[in-house]
Amino acid sequence: MTTVDLGLPSIGGTAGVPTTDEKQTAKSFTSDQEVRWCPGCGDYAVLAAVRSFLPELRLKRENTVFVSGIGCSSRFPYYLNTYGVHSIHGRAPAIATGLATSRSDLSVWVVTGDGDALSIGGNHLIHTLRRNVNLKILLFNNRIYGLTKGQYSPTSEQGKVTKSTPVGSLDHPFNPVSLALGAEATFVARAMDSDRKQLTEVLRAAAEHRGSALVEIYQNCPIFNDGAFDVLKEPGERERRIVPLRDGEPIRFGPEGEFGVVQDGFELRVRRVSEVGEDAVVVHDASRTDPGYAFALSRLGGQDLEHTPTGIFRSVSRPTYDDLAREQVRQAQESRPADLAALLRGNDTWQVPG
Amino acid sequence: MTVTGHGGDGPAGNGAAALPDGVQGGLPPRSKEAHKLDRVVIRFAGDSGDGMQLTGDRFTSEAAAFGNDLATLPNFPAEIRAPAGTLPGVSSFQLHFADYDILTPGDRPDVLVAMNPAALKANIRDLPQGGILILNTDEFTKRNLTKVGYSSNPLEDGSLGGFQVHEVAMATLTRGALEETGLSKKDAERAKNMFALGLLSWMYNRSTEGTERFLREKFRRRPEIAEANVLAFRTGWNYGETTEAFGVTYEVAPAKLPPGTYRQITGNLALAYGIVAAGQRSGLDVFLGTYPITPASDVLHELSKHKNFGVTTFQAEDEIAGIGAALGASYGGALGVTTTSGPGIALKSETIGLAVMTELPLLICDIQRGGPSTGLPTKTEQADLLQAMYGRNGEAPVPVLAPSSPADCFDVALDAARIALTYRTPVLLLSDGYIANGSEPWLLPDLAELPDLRVPFASEANAPDGSGEFWPYLRDPETLARPWAVPGTPGLEHRIGGLEKSDGRGDISYDPDNHDRMVRIRQAKIDGITVPDLEVDDPSGVADVLVLGWGSTFGPIGAACRRVRAAGTPIAQAHLRHLNPMPSNLGDVLGRYRRVVVPEMNLGQLATLLRARYLVDVVSHTKVAGLPFKAEELQMVFDQVLQEVHA
Ligand SMILES: Cc1ncc(C[n+]2csc(CCOP(=O)(O)OP(=O)(O)O)c2C)c(N)n1
Ligand code: SF4
Ligand SMILES: [Mg+2]
Repeated sequence: MTTVDLGLPSIGGTAGVPTTDEKQTAKSFTSDQEVRWCPGCGDYAVLAAVRSFLPELRLKRENTVFVSGIGCSSRFPYYLNTYGVHSIHGRAPAIATGLATSRSDLSVWVVTGDGDALSIGGNHLIHTLRRNVNLKILLFNNRIYGLTKGQYSPTSEQGKVTKSTPVGSLDHPFNPVSLALGAEATFVARAMDSDRKQLTEVLRAAAEHRGSALVEIYQNCPIFNDGAFDVLKEPGERERRIVPLRDGEPIRFGPEGEFGVVQDGFELRVRRVSEVGEDAVVVHDASRTDPGYAFALSRLGGQDLEHTPTGIFRSVSRPTYDDLAREQVRQAQESRPADLAALLRGNDTWQVPG
Repeated sequence: MTVTGHGGDGPAGNGAAALPDGVQGGLPPRSKEAHKLDRVVIRFAGDSGDGMQLTGDRFTSEAAAFGNDLATLPNFPAEIRAPAGTLPGVSSFQLHFADYDILTPGDRPDVLVAMNPAALKANIRDLPQGGILILNTDEFTKRNLTKVGYSSNPLEDGSLGGFQVHEVAMATLTRGALEETGLSKKDAERAKNMFALGLLSWMYNRSTEGTERFLREKFRRRPEIAEANVLAFRTGWNYGETTEAFGVTYEVAPAKLPPGTYRQITGNLALAYGIVAAGQRSGLDVFLGTYPITPASDVLHELSKHKNFGVTTFQAEDEIAGIGAALGASYGGALGVTTTSGPGIALKSETIGLAVMTELPLLICDIQRGGPSTGLPTKTEQADLLQAMYGRNGEAPVPVLAPSSPADCFDVALDAARIALTYRTPVLLLSDGYIANGSEPWLLPDLAELPDLRVPFASEANAPDGSGEFWPYLRDPETLARPWAVPGTPGLEHRIGGLEKSDGRGDISYDPDNHDRMVRIRQAKIDGITVPDLEVDDPSGVADVLVLGWGSTFGPIGAACRRVRAAGTPIAQAHLRHLNPMPSNLGDVLGRYRRVVVPEMNLGQLATLLRARYLVDVVSHTKVAGLPFKAEELQMVFDQVLQEVHA
């Protein structure tokens, strides 16, 4: 088996997408469609954050495409004045892969839910991540099936009582960040619907990343799973549980910054800094090549959100599938003319005289 | 003297002269001279490890280069390497070549080459009495015979008495010839298929240079293997020339085909070339999203070699992702293509529905195989017709086309692409294992005459109310196609998806009347696709029975009709390329005949459609054996119907 190094330079996430000097605002990215989520749905906050963030990229609006699957969250594309495809359940990463591979001049975003991405579409998600297709994937995790009215999802905590699990769900949940890291995603982050600032920071970094960027967004569904993330929002609790990740900084948290993340064998653990000493606290480095470190971070908190890191877990550079695929085509076109007659003729022809 | 082989299809037109009905045995009595034949069917059979496909392919190339018309039928096990010497491990390759235009690989071989007892046992029942049987005696050991259930050695027990048997110790002779090369015994023996090819090449007066050139090229990196194979090939040739055993050679003159440049082509190769050509003629990049499956994988293999034509191939994680990516590429303005077999179509059906709803061009190729479920992966069948027609939720009409022969795959691919691009719709192309792997000579097309497939992308707002908006579901009044507005086009930003759209504007709509209208519009768009009228072949002009087929049954049906006509009875033949929509004159055509016979390799799927649509009680003749029809069996069916009608 031989491998060919196509020698691609590393470039930004939106390189190749035409830009504009026109003034863009959140309003210019707002379509004429009435938004139809339930009042209080966390999706509104994410929509607002995305609408006000997109102008920052200065990309031509017509070169931005949102592709979604099926679910409440997947209605997202209708509300943006860009190109959009509201596809079928779970398949958005596949459709977006074809689009992004055949068009280098587009900024392609995928919007998906915990059911859409991790149940029916789980296969497409992991393969998209391992290929590192240049897609920005926003995974709205409300830990429930919203659109189908409240069945448990692959991120629901075990024992959850829902319409389909009246005496409690039996299956162990996925941690989407761990899953993505297991698939060696090159960019993985987590943000909260309620924290516009951090969400915007993460979106910015995702857009700048060339390759698949998976952003898990904790999103409240007030109708079927209200308060799923309240412990991460309540003052007092919040500080004790959220572990903010900032590149180059020691990972510390707590009301007084009294907790720190330390290495313990192959694992990372939370300790009181006063007990282990400041030097023991791990300094966050999202660019570590081995996903093992980021994975260990993602395991800090369990399904009950005891400790929940937010921010960018991993951001490493690896050639993207779409860049490589286009480069193979380009090199072939450069080295061999597209001579259809010669192709059809082949090497073995014979003449039948008239 | 010219003699026609047993059981094949005679020449078109006045076939009577060339088709002495009831001639048994096929080949002339042996003599020292070279006999002229008009057609021969050879079957090479051996263990899957014996290289029978390669041997058959090579002989085919020589026959093609010589100018014979030909048709081939490879037949191999689903297992990559079933246990050596067993019945499930038998692989065969049948080749029919002639000095006139033929339609099928032949019902029965005139010559059977059996490399081991398993190959003999699996194939001998197809060899007519008097047929030539060439056996590799080295493999007829007690152990090998027991393995396949022979209690006595057929070489000795007289059971082969009705055939012209040639016992040749191919392995021993090959090994002996290669002694000097320093190759191991095992490696040397592996060249015995080339010995067989050499012997057959001698028997049928085929040139040797082509094969020698081919072998040197194929084993370019291992010259010692190349030379060993060439040597084995020559040894086989010389064996025929010098031994007493073979007293006679045969000649099959070149066929009088329409003038032009020809090459040999399989259905899958023709399909791949058709897809490349569709990209070139439409000026679009081609994006193939697919997942490997027999017998469709070769299309992926082939297309992956042609990146220089702007062809991107994406081997996805499954069939769903394959078609999803292809649809995504179509949305972006490429010619999206996906290739699969029946089980893959089942997985793709939801995305086909999405393509129906979003009205984007997409070419979906189903190389049918035996079903249901995993079924018979390497065998042929036509049982996906109703799946192609109706296998989706909701009213989701999709155009369906089927090629009738290997070379026809090229034209049908272009025709399917034309429909997909012009009408903005997914299109299903139904090939099958028989034409996918079978081959025939192909008159190279004149590139200038290939259809122009260019279609414009939308570039401007189109709202009829002058609002300057873009309405993605406003239709071309003639084709009912909606505009293809690709991302990157300023001012045309819009959202599409699987939800029902309002007519024109394309916003989500749950309005009952709108849904009813949209369902009917989508149907009307497909119903309104222009397809050529069905042509009927009836040289007599007075036939009152019509045989109507579709897809790969064209050859056997045509051959059977020739036989019926040669016996003096008129019969008409017509063949559907377009299964949805069907040609607009089809109802008229059906009405013109007292009886319509529909042979299919399924349980009567086209017959069901015809009965439902045209209220014609067609005679459905069906077989689902994993193998194409034989001309002989169809002839019997047709004769019977004719008798009933004329009684
Ligand atoms: C093939 C298919 N199966 C099932 C459904 C029904 N369905 C629609 S959305 C959904 C779950 C959505 O959950 P999630 O992805 O978490 O999205 P949310 O609504 O919570 O945003 C299901 C099961 C469907 N639309 N298509
Ligand atoms: S059901 Fe839940 S997720 Fe869906 S729109 Fe309503 S609040 Fe949002
Ligand atoms: Mg959900």
